[in-house]
Amino acid sequence: MSDPEDFRRETRAWLEDNCPASVRAPVADIKYLYWGGRRAEFLDDDSQVWFERMLERGWTVPDWPVEYGGAGLSQSEQRILQSEMRRLNCRPPLFSYGITMLAPVLLEYGTDEQKSRFLPPIARGEIRWCQGYSEPAAGSDLASLQCRAVLEGGEYLVDGQKIWTSDADISDWIFCLVRTDPSAPKHDGISFLLIDLESGGVSISPIPLISGASPFCQTFFDSVRVPSQQRVGPENGGWSIAKHLLQHERAMLAQAIPGVRPPKRSSLLDVARRSLNTPQGPLPDAGLRDELVQLQMDRICYRATLARNTAAVRAGKGPGSESSMFKLYVSELNQRSEDWRHRAAGTEGLGWDGEGFDPEEIQATRSWLYGKASTILGGTSEIQLNIIAKRVLGLPD
Amino acid sequence: MSFVLSEEQELIQETAREFVRSQGSIDALRTLRDQRSEPGYDTKLWREMADLGWTGIPFPEEYGGAGLGHAELGIVLEQLGTRLVISPMLSTVVLAGGVILEAGSPEQKQNFLTRIVGGEAVLALAYQETPRHDPWAIATTAREAGGGYVLTGRKTLVLDGAAADHWIVAARTSGEPGEREGLSLFIVDRDTEGVSIESTFLIDSRSAANLSLDGVHLGTDRLLGELGSGAEVLETTFDRAMVAIASEMLGGIQEVFDQTVAYLKEREQFGVKIGSFQALKHRIARVFCEVELTRSIVTDAWRALDEEDPARSKIASTCKARASDTYHLASNESIQLHGGIGVTDEQDIGFFLKRARVCELLLGDSSYQRRRFAELSGY
Repeated sequence: MSDPEDFRRETRAWLEDNCPASVRAPVADIKYLYWGGRRAEFLDDDSQVWFERMLERGWTVPDWPVEYGGAGLSQSEQRILQSEMRRLNCRPPLFSYGITMLAPVLLEYGTDEQKSRFLPPIARGEIRWCQGYSEPAAGSDLASLQCRAVLEGGEYLVDGQKIWTSDADISDWIFCLVRTDPSAPKHDGISFLLIDLESGGVSISPIPLISGASPFCQTFFDSVRVPSQQRVGPENGGWSIAKHLLQHERAMLAQAIPGVRPPKRSSLLDVARRSLNTPQGPLPDAGLRDELVQLQMDRICYRATLARNTAAVRAGKGPGSESSMFKLYVSELNQRSEDWRHRAAGTEGLGWDGEGFDPEEIQATRSWLYGKASTILGGTSEIQLNIIAKRVLGLPD
Repeated sequence: MSFVLSEEQELIQETAREFVRSQGSIDALRTLRDQRSEPGYDTKLWREMADLGWTGIPFPEEYGGAGLGHAELGIVLEQLGTRLVISPMLSTVVLAGGVILEAGSPEQKQNFLTRIVGGEAVLALAYQETPRHDPWAIATTAREAGGGYVLTGRKTLVLDGAAADHWIVAARTSGEPGEREGLSLFIVDRDTEGVSIESTFLIDSRSAANLSLDGVHLGTDRLLGELGSGAEVLETTFDRAMVAIASEMLGGIQEVFDQTVAYLKEREQFGVKIGSFQALKHRIARVFCEVELTRSIVTDAWRALDEEDPARSKIASTCKARASDTYHLASNESIQLHGGIGVTDEQDIGFFLKRARVCELLLGDSSYQRRRFAELSGY
């Protein structure tokens, strides 16, 4: 490995020369990042230039092996690159579930042939992936999934339905859990398949939520033919892959994504000041004031816990058991904050759309409603509590 | 100090852990409870704690102290909290010693801090007068007379007040009860005429006296700090003391939580361990989250005090509020999850519940802390 300080210096110089100024600013929502795929469009010309320059260096996936489109950076080089990108506020040139979720699985469980076939198009942003896990009858009890895949002459015939397939309507391929042995115990009859969404027999329909339009879809498979080479890992060995992947998903859900910063909103205090018509001084509603302090204190304690976790990892002593509470706690805290924001605004927050309501207030309403999903997706709060009880506290089944 | 203990701090922690373990279970506390006699703590144990240097942790070397920070003090208090060890650490080192360190003249510091560090003197801070923590409600007056002061009033919940060699009394030299301005601090010796002591024992078996000051004459040399500047001194000391007591609470919280998890793995009903029931798993997993949050904010408060973070008062209030709510939750959940045995005197859990309630109310419960936080934040 080269001298880390040389690497830092060279990286900094290259980024300064090559990252267009307009890309050195966060986007307001994850959907404005470049996700790649057959139907991908760049936000603007600079985003394309940035993507192409980073791609050329293997820096869309810097820690992947060079043969799969990465740059083969070591962990410490990867950290240096990330910190230099943060310093300049560079957006990630490419973001996708292919990178964050599927690739770790392929690198761990895929055959050489699968890695060569599927990883480079992810690195180059040619194929956009989505995840096919949940089914209408398999939510928290994911392992009870019923989507069938029957092997017939080197091909699987897939029949069934997936739900909550985020962005399926704008994705190209799906990584899916399917039932390959209905007679085995439920965890032992599942396989992990990669399916082209352009295959015959696939149909997709978006799911509107209580908050309005959403990225969620239902995906239906009607006698879809999938070559057996598109199975990752052994037949009926899909569950351990699924668990591995869910860990990556949970880690992702608990983290802020670099390059994304939601637009600045009024603080919770400002919302209360406006609705109580009290521009300064003590809030006249003591109950509302007390609730606000509780939310702020909870946020302070949560941030301190994240900082403690980071410090322990940096010191080579962690992460400690506190990691297991992050998804549970932050999703509930955010949900409580959104609920309070909406209620504190008073009847000003009751507008659905149209004239007469502030866009920020309408947005607050949508966030409150959409936030109801946060304690359900990625493992419900109750599943998180089960995990803490089992893995951290060691309580018996 | 940034969330991860240094080698030196780990050594302090290990020493404290060993010391507390060598005291065995909380049987010592049962003995003290059953004796119900002053001084209310084990003087031999207190001597050992002084010999270990704990009475000198926050004080400069010129007074014999170790010149260490709030982190080191908190690390020791956390360990003491795991076995509910009774000692004058809070009254003498944190509260009275803290006030003298903050406001004392060089002579006063030399005189009192040196003796505190040596474990030779117990001091008590007499500030409280109302049932709920309200530091500016002080009605006790200090009237200037005959080249000195005459103190009149009543103090309640003076920790270790009956055993103390000296009291530090907060009294009003001007203004009305409820006003922040006009408070001054005085050092009153044990044998001073006009002071009467009513010894009381709290639910956690600790000693806390009521003091009556009936025309107590003091010389001007008994004034501690500037005339009328008591509020700033108390506020600074209370910030530190809130974090110190939260550190002790953290030890108790972790202990009561660990004991409860162990019980869930051992107790059987319906032919299985009760820890296999989801209704109980979810309750204890919720407590786990709160314990982790409490550990984080206590550790962060040590940092905030040691670095003199401008937000330290808000962090101290957050820390005390969190520790109060979590100790309450953890001790109450522990009793419920233990079932019938949880409410017996034979089980230790009740001692933690009682200590939790005392700690909650000392220096302001979470409701008080939230109000203070709002005021500090300007809303």
